[in-house]
Parts: sequence; C-alpha cells; structure tokens
Amino acid sequence: MFGLEFYVDPSRCIGCQACLKACEECETHRGYSMINFDFIDRRETTATAAYVCWHCDDPTCAEVCPADAIKKGEDGVVHSSLKPRCIACSNCVMACPFGIPKMMIPEQQMMKCDMCYDRTSAGKRPMCATVCPSQALAYVMPEEIARRREKPANTFYFGKQQVTTKVYLMMPAGQESLSIDVLDYIWEG
Amino acid sequence: MAKPPAPVETLIEQYGPHLKYTPEGGWQEESRHPADRLVKTHCCFCGQQCGIQLKVRGQKVIGFEPWEEFPFNRGMLCPKGVKRYMQNSHPDRLLGPLLRTSQGFSRAGWEEALDFTVRRVKEIQERYGKDAVAVYGGASLTTEKSYLLGKFARVALGTRHIDYNGRLCMVSAGHAYKAAFGVDRSLMPWSDIPKARVLLVAGANIGECAPITTDYIWRCRDNGGKLIVIDPRFTPVVRNADLYLPVRPGTDLALLMGMLHVVLRDGLEDREFIAQHTVGFEAVAESVKPYNPRMVAEKTGVPPEAIERAARWFAEADRAIAMHARGIEHHSKGVENCQALINLCLATGNIGREGAGCTMITGQGNGQGGREHGQKCDQLPGQRSLQDPEARRHVAQVWGIHPDEIPQPGYTAVEIMEAIHRGEIKGLLSICFNPLVSLPDAHFTREALEKIEFLGVIDFFLSETARYADVVLAGSLHEEDEGVGCTAEGRIVHINKAVDPPGHARTDCAIICDLARRLGKGRYFPYSKPREIFEELREASRGGIADYYGVTYEKIDRQMGVFWPCPSLDHPGTPRLIEGGKSFHPDGKCRFIVTEWRESGDPVDEQYPVYLTTGRVVSQYLSGTQTRRIGGLVDIYPEPRVEIHPRLAEANGIVDGDWVTVTTRRSEITLQAAVVKTIRPDTVFIPYHWPEDRSANRLTHRTLDPHSKIPEFKVSACRLRKAQEGA
Repeated sequence: MFGLEFYVDPSRCIGCQACLKACEECETHRGYSMINFDFIDRRETTATAAYVCWHCDDPTCAEVCPADAIKKGEDGVVHSSLKPRCIACSNCVMACPFGIPKMMIPEQQMMKCDMCYDRTSAGKRPMCATVCPSQALAYVMPEEIARRREKPANTFYFGKQQVTTKVYLMMPAGQESLSIDVLDYIWEG
Repeated sequence: MAKPPAPVETLIEQYGPHLKYTPEGGWQEESRHPADRLVKTHCCFCGQQCGIQLKVRGQKVIGFEPWEEFPFNRGMLCPKGVKRYMQNSHPDRLLGPLLRTSQGFSRAGWEEALDFTVRRVKEIQERYGKDAVAVYGGASLTTEKSYLLGKFARVALGTRHIDYNGRLCMVSAGHAYKAAFGVDRSLMPWSDIPKARVLLVAGANIGECAPITTDYIWRCRDNGGKLIVIDPRFTPVVRNADLYLPVRPGTDLALLMGMLHVVLRDGLEDREFIAQHTVGFEAVAESVKPYNPRMVAEKTGVPPEAIERAARWFAEADRAIAMHARGIEHHSKGVENCQALINLCLATGNIGREGAGCTMITGQGNGQGGREHGQKCDQLPGQRSLQDPEARRHVAQVWGIHPDEIPQPGYTAVEIMEAIHRGEIKGLLSICFNPLVSLPDAHFTREALEKIEFLGVIDFFLSETARYADVVLAGSLHEEDEGVGCTAEGRIVHINKAVDPPGHARTDCAIICDLARRLGKGRYFPYSKPREIFEELREASRGGIADYYGVTYEKIDRQMGVFWPCPSLDHPGTPRLIEGGKSFHPDGKCRFIVTEWRESGDPVDEQYPVYLTTGRVVSQYLSGTQTRRIGGLVDIYPEPRVEIHPRLAEANGIVDGDWVTVTTRRSEITLQAAVVKTIRPDTVFIPYHWPEDRSANRLTHRTLDPHSKIPEFKVSACRLRKAQEGA
C-alpha cells in the first residue's frame, strides 16, 4: 500500500504481546518472533516497549557484515541475512545500535524483522501493526499519524553516529530527534 | 460424584492441560500451504468479540488473517485472539463421550452416554423432584445455544434452577442499568468513546481485559479528551491517565458518592436534564451530603484534591463518558457502585448523547447475548422477566406450552452450588462453566462436587470441574458451529462455522436436542441447525426489551453487526440507547437510585490486615480451560504471582521472587511475589485463572451482592507470610 509508514510509540504500549505472537505467523520466519519487547522495569512501572527493526537508511548491520549477506531493498526494508552467504558470525548482532538482529542458532543464520515482507510487498499491513490493540505499533498514512498528540521522528544519535531510519518513533511534540548518549550533548570544541 | 476417579496427575497426563505451540502440521510444513478458505468470524474469548478470519484447510484451522474491514477492531487482536486457533487439533481435545469408571474415564458411544445421562437425570427427578436437577450455562456460548439451554431447562427438564457463569460477570451492571434505564446494555457504541471530552474509567483494567478498547481511549486523548482512572492498581492505561484515583478496595461507592457531593455542592449539575428526564434526584442529593471530600479521602485513600478535580472535570465537560467493569461490580455492593456511577452521569446530563453516557465493559465473549435470551435464572428470551405474566404468555405461546408449565425463577450460580452442598440439588448438567476454578471459596465448591449424586458435563476439554463428572459429552468449539453473539457494544455479530467437530465430538446444539428427545420432549426441539433456533429466538424476543425480531444472519453480514433493539426487518438497529434522555421505563424517565454505604463481607482486621483483590492477566481467559493449553499464551505469564508493594513487602521481609503464603479466613495458597510499585501498599493482587494450589478462589469468599448475587471477588481480607522455597 503506497504511502503507509511504520510508527512505534512505546507510550501507548500496554504490554499485551499480541505483536510477538502474531509475528510468528509471518511467512518469512514462521514460528519465530522478530519483535523486540521489554518490560522497562516492572518493579517501578507497568511501562513496556515493543518495537520492530528501524530499517536504517544506512544499516550498520549491513556495513559490518563480512559476508555481504545483509541487503536493503529499494523500498528501504532491511532483510534477514541471505542464508547461503551468512556465516553466523554475529557481527551484525553486536554492531546494531538498536539491538535488533537475532542470531538463530538452529538456522545458523541472522534473522530480523523484514517488516513482514511477504505481506507489505503484497499490499498488506505487517502482522504486528495490524493486530496491535493500542496501536503502539502502527502502519498508517502520515496524515493519520499527524492527528496524534505525539509526533514522529526518525533521526537518532548514538554518540556522534547519526542514524536515520525508515521506521518512525513517536516523540513528545516539538522533539525532532532522539539522543541518549551524553556525548551528544557535550561540547568538545 | 465423589472424588475424581483417578489421581489428578493421571488425569492431567491423559487430558491435559498440555501446551500446544505449533499449528496443525507444523510451522514449516502442512500449515504453510495456502488456506482453502478464509472464514470471517469473531474471537471466541472476551466481550470485545473482535472480527477475525480463520484460515481453514480441509477440516483444520491452520492460522488466522486479521479482518481489517470489521469496524470494531479493524484487524486488531490481543494475544489470545492471535493464538486462539491453537485450540484446533489440540491433543487434549475430547473426541467422544467419556463415562466415569473406577479407574478414570473410558470412551463411550453416544447412545450409551446420552442414555446414561437421561437415565440418571430421570432417576433423580423422580426421586427428589424436578428442581433437584440444575443446569449451568455459560457466556461463551452463542446466543442460540443460550436460548436453547434456557428452553431445555424449563421445557425438557422442568427445573427452576438454571443459571450461568455470567453471574460472575455482568449481573451487577445489568441490575443497575435495568433499575435506572429499564434496559441492560451498554448505552453507546464504542465509536462514541473518542468523542468524549472526559473519560472516567472505574474499575476496569482495560489494557489487559478489554485490550482493543485501549485504542479508542488513546484516540479520545488525541482529540484532547482527559482520562481519569479509578483503580487500586496502576494498570497499563493509567500511565497515560490525566488523573489517577488509587481507590482502596471496597470503597468505590464512597468515592463515587463523594464526586457527586462535589458536583452538587458546587452547583455543577445539569438541572434541565434532571428536571426533564429523571426521577428521584432529591433523595440522592440528600444521601450524598455527608460525603465531603475529606471524609471520602479517609475512607478511600484518594486525596481530597483529586476527588474534587475528578468531579469538576466530569461535570464541566460538555461530553463525558463513564466506563466501568468488574472492578466496581465484583462487590457485595456491586449494584450500588454502578448506580452511584449512573447517578453521577444523570446528574451531569451525560446520558444518551454522542460522546456522553455510561457503559459497562462486558467481559465474556457473549456476556451480552448470553444473558438476554433465557439462561439467566430470572429471565425469559428478549430480556423479559420470568415473573411477568405477559412475558410468560408470549414465550409459552412461541414454545407451544401452557404458561404455567414454565417454572418460576430459581437459584443463581453460587446459590446453586450452595444448594448442592447442602443436598437440596442432587444433579447438575453443566456446559461452558468451570466452577471449581471460577466460583469463590473453591474448597467449598470442591466439597459440593464431592457430594453431588450426578454431574454431567458438555465440554471440548476436560476442565478441572469435569474431572468430577459421571459423564462428559464431547461438545464443540466456537469455530465448529454457526450462531450469533452480542458484543460489549450491544452489536449482534455472526459466528460462522469454520470446521466440523473432530472425531466423534458433536455440536452442543445437537447434544442438547438429543437429550431433550430422550427426555420425551423432542417435539419442542425439532432443530436441525442453529439458524432454525435463531428464527424461533427472533419470535420469542419479539416485543421484548432485547428485541431481535428484525435481525437476520444476512443483515448482520451486510451491516457488519446489528445493534438491538431491532424490532422490524427494515429497522437498522439501535447503536445508542436513551437518546434524548428517554429510558425504557413506562414513563420514559431515568431513575436516580439512593445508594447506601456498607462494609465488605470480609472486612480487614488485626488478624487479616491486608486487602486481597483478584482479576485477570491479558494472556489468560477466565478459568483458563482454553488458554492454559496454549503454549504461546502460557509463556507470557506462566504462573500466578502475588503483586505486593515494596512497602508492604519490606514490612513482611519479602523480596521479589520470594514464595509467599497468602492466608484468608477460608484457606491459604503459596505463590511467588512480584514486588511492584504499581499497587496500593495495603493491597495485594492475584490473578484467578489457575486451579488447585494456585487458585486465587481458594481465598475468596461467598458474600453476594443482595440484588445481583455477584460474589465479592474484588475484596477479601488476608495476611502474608514469607514461605519456604518451592511450596
């Protein structure tokens, strides 16, 4: 579906894990869930976060792959490693600033969210964003997301590494990028 | 009869619960093949009744596909909906009737099992009278099955005693709405929720128990609406609340009366609405006078300023909605809690307008439809009173019997179990109910089951209760028969059949009709398919409050659901009730009803100083008969934990993960602690989906609301003790 984009909003997540369970249904990785899910700190809060791969414009996972096994399509979707090429070295697992790729030992292959390629390439919405009851994961038109209180951002800083992504994170209005490393805030001349 | 016929471990080995993780044929093999067909239907679990498409290959459900066109959930599902199809081809599935033997259960033929059932029922009724046999139904049944079961009890068995597990769910709300508005249904469709300026959520863990409703609430906030939540626990949706009122368990009534006190004290009431559309205002106004914020704060543990602010926000908004669920209803004053909330809505004129009103969040799948057409102990089809001579005449005529042949109202669900315990009721036919896990005071329920002379169960899995059965008749899953359900919104939806029951299992309707035939009442049960039952139900409900006469399966499909009442074939249905302030009472007025404070039935004291409250988790459903067999769901929350605030935990020398014995005046159970700051420090919480030594209902008590007869699941008194490893 042309024009639909993926938005992640942990503030709306209710921790139900429907996304994790529905992800197992996707054709490209049946039986494996590619969703990343965290209870932030259950003692302190009911806050939870479910997220998919951010599908970087310049994917670090692909850059560090010694076997050239990780490909990004023209549509911006970053795929699981190509099985014939993947040497299961886990470079990508360690390098990804978001902690997305998963080394699947039984498959001897890195697998990750491919935004339900079987579905999105056929005009359907990804499984997780379709089922998500709180629409913390949403695959919708930008006009629809513009009605929300929170606003989308897709620029992240990881200690001077700027990463721009296909997937958006919903942020408090007025905040256009996310930086979590003090390095990004200090002045070093 | 007596104890289960084999050790529990042996029964579990044979009948589960076993965990099923993979679809029929495996993730990589058979289930990969394309589906033959997609069957549009609804989730088998909660009252949200999300639209879903089942992927079917031959006679197997191999997966699902979101149904994005269905307007209520637009493809959204919670994890239970995602995994529900794992019940299909489940290794625990009962594939034929079972008869109790001295060593366990043995497979039997249908003739033998049905003959045995009827023989035992007849023996008991001949010896002790018709009312010595009771019937339990459930709110996961389709409306056709609920209707059929009510007729079966009254016409085929001639017993007064039929009630259903909705007695543990919707009856407090139902009683309150009938008293105030003359109708028992949500007053609005969910599409009103995003239009409210203020949402007051009272005792509803929406994120976990009505997950799809979360998106409606978030959209309300996107539109600038404010969210107020009343709950002893900081549930997932509270994170985005604009105001959180952490009420002490059992004190909701004081809080709601306190809010009305502030509204009236400050002159924020809607005088025009009160004058034109209500009766009884003065007495209610008088009754809330003592409930000043300071006094209410003492009782509820909610700060006076927060009470003031909540009342003002609610009254000053031009459109406000109050939503409530079991949190305020599972009390010995559950009806009054609902009435107090309704009083607040009436006083502020928030009734019967777009984006304004009050709604109960129905919990069970067909909690609405299942209570409208005759499996409730005091009702006939169409939400008619069993004691109304005109209603009896109408229904008797549809059934082809004399009105006097319809028995008078019988006991409610808990009362039936109590009558079994004291030996008054000797036989029970149960479908879609697992009382050993879901009724309060589980040891008492077990004692009753040990005393019963005959227990017949219709079910698709061997539930904990069915282990006590003399005969188990293998029935049908939700996807194995056609019918309708009615959602939390009041929207009648079409349940489509996807596959036949497997093995020798049969549809529930066929089993019930066969029992009726063997009881010599076959001429009243001539149905060969659910559609024929529905056609009769339309007539039986005609002219009643829940009027289904204008509803057809085709119309439901065409309109994506029909809201009742729908009195004629050209009527589109009624999404919003009480429009223009006009109630279903003969005078068209809404009723204010005076509520009176009283203590819980199991008060805290020095010996039992801590409040215990029980509820659900998102990955399990009710007594867990279905969901404790699905691996992907069990993994999310494998065992019940007792939630304890760090302050209370520290006072008892407990740290996260410790085994803790929770003791009430009935019993004790030992569970691991989840030490969390998301619960009041005077309260602990345990989810109730588990049996035996993990059963929260071993701790709860049998105090009932005097009007609705709902048990007080939401407040018991307990004490905590750190236990040894493992328990």
